[in-house]
Amino acid sequence: MKENQKLFPMLREYGKIKAKLLWKNMKKSKTSYLFIAPYCLLFLLFYLVPVLTSMGLSFTYFNVLEPPRFIGWKNYIDLFFADEIFLKAVKNTFLFAVITGPIGYFLALFIAWMINDIKNTKIRAFMTLVFYAPTISGQAYVVWKYIFSSDTYGLANGWLMKLGAIFGPILWFEDEKYIMPILIVVVLWMSMGTGFLSFIAGLQNVDRSLYEAGYMDGVKNRFQELWYITLPSMKEQLMFGAVMTITSSFAIHDQLAALAGFPSVNYSAHTVVSHLIDYGTIRFEMGYASAIATLLFMVMILCNKLVQLILRRVGQ
Amino acid sequence: MKSLFRHRKRSKQSHSRAGDFLSLLILISMGCFMALPLVLAISNSLKPLEELFIFPPRFLVRNPTLNNFHDVFVLMSQSWVPFTRYIFNTVFITVTGTFGHLIIASLCAYALAKHNFPGQKFIFWIIVTALMFSTQVTAIPNYLIMSKIGWLDTYLSLVVPAIAKPLGLFLMKQFMEQIPTTLLEASRIDGASEWKIFWGIAMPQVKPAWLTLIIFCFQDLWNLQGSNYIYSEQLKTLPYALSQISAAGIARSGATAAVAVIMMVVPITIFMISQSNIIETMASSGIKE
Repeated sequence: MKENQKLFPMLREYGKIKAKLLWKNMKKSKTSYLFIAPYCLLFLLFYLVPVLTSMGLSFTYFNVLEPPRFIGWKNYIDLFFADEIFLKAVKNTFLFAVITGPIGYFLALFIAWMINDIKNTKIRAFMTLVFYAPTISGQAYVVWKYIFSSDTYGLANGWLMKLGAIFGPILWFEDEKYIMPILIVVVLWMSMGTGFLSFIAGLQNVDRSLYEAGYMDGVKNRFQELWYITLPSMKEQLMFGAVMTITSSFAIHDQLAALAGFPSVNYSAHTVVSHLIDYGTIRFEMGYASAIATLLFMVMILCNKLVQLILRRVGQ
Repeated sequence: MKSLFRHRKRSKQSHSRAGDFLSLLILISMGCFMALPLVLAISNSLKPLEELFIFPPRFLVRNPTLNNFHDVFVLMSQSWVPFTRYIFNTVFITVTGTFGHLIIASLCAYALAKHNFPGQKFIFWIIVTALMFSTQVTAIPNYLIMSKIGWLDTYLSLVVPAIAKPLGLFLMKQFMEQIPTTLLEASRIDGASEWKIFWGIAMPQVKPAWLTLIIFCFQDLWNLQGSNYIYSEQLKTLPYALSQISAAGIARSGATAAVAVIMMVVPITIFMISQSNIIETMASSGIKE
């Protein structure tokens, strides 16, 4: 008891001193705050507040015309127990994310690694461009619509018929059997994104002397070199690439809508983002759409935590 | 002695020649897979109508023509507002957004990377988390905010959110970590203000990062349709106008291909120019070791 009586004023005193120090520190860093102020203000308004608003709205019924009405967990319950299309969208999204995410990620790393071994800088730059071009060429993915066109003028149908493999045109984007595989190829085609560039930069910045040292220590082939030297020294880029891949592979929609239609046949290429756009911009059920957005966001964060744990083990 | 000499000729000692060859082979075949659809897009845009609807279809164009591009321009001249207006809108949005993003994000990145102040770690943590905010997650509340502050149907609704994109800030901050602190300390002792140090010393050191920020921001804005926020035809963007042309379906297959080529030429060219710059800067920074 006595000790406590002594301890409390001491703690309070300690707290006061700490607060004072903090305040002093903050006053001293006035310039720093001025530097970050413009960005932080905009960020707050257009990124942080929207995400928090979205979480808040997800517990309401909101159709833009009337003020939002609190309805508790109803949106979430409806999503999982009364909305079959949502469940289908979840399944499709996971299928896309699980297949295109990891494959796209390792492909990007693998290609960057091979490009980095090219000695001629001009060829290296050209190869980087070749792999990065599909990602930056806007809506050039519509060309896949021509390749897999449902008439005989499409490349796939035309050539297959010429070869005699099929007798009539296949309805590529109308047949549920073909939609997903084709779209996965298209998504992979576009998966050399920001992460890929970051890998290339990371590989170029690995300290050369580490390779010499590794050779002395008995690194025998290029794969050992990759695992023991290269990857550990570009962990930051690996993590960054993972974040970018997760974000983009859970947000796939535009390509799908352009190629398979929106909504697609029997919702066979409907993703969570498609569902979100459907409710947010067509049906104007903002509360429901916000619940979808919030769920999506939570899943992305969870995935990132998971990948972070895995990446810590690289090179060990 | 001889083996030592042979090893030195290779870039890395642990790489076998067979492996080099194999990796080149894989790289080339994958490169073809990446490049061919784009080549096809270009080839299609040059095909005359009868070659687009031919059986069996051909990959490359036989009698190239610029008719499709001509069609696009004819369709453009029939549009509601002069077509140059769409081009101006997109160029204006792209340039102001990219410029603003570069400066405002760099200012913040500099303080986060090279200053010490309370709350610094927390702010950076939020920004790293924000890398996962995809546009779709924030789209609905953003719309509500825009309407609250009266920015709907103005350029501001497209430009300002792009300025605060977390990706650019994150990249810039990571690059700025590499600036030697001693360099900044030296000018601080000489009495230079933080503002001067930022412009005179920090910014020139991170030119590759400038280019990276510019490319990413440019890409986003160049392809922005923005039809959620903009209603007036005079303020609509080029991708929006072009998507209207392709929306007419199979009758305009040629024009659609031409549109795709027009939209992809600019970002690819810009990337080509800035990429050689990045590699150059990185090569020159490698001599120090």
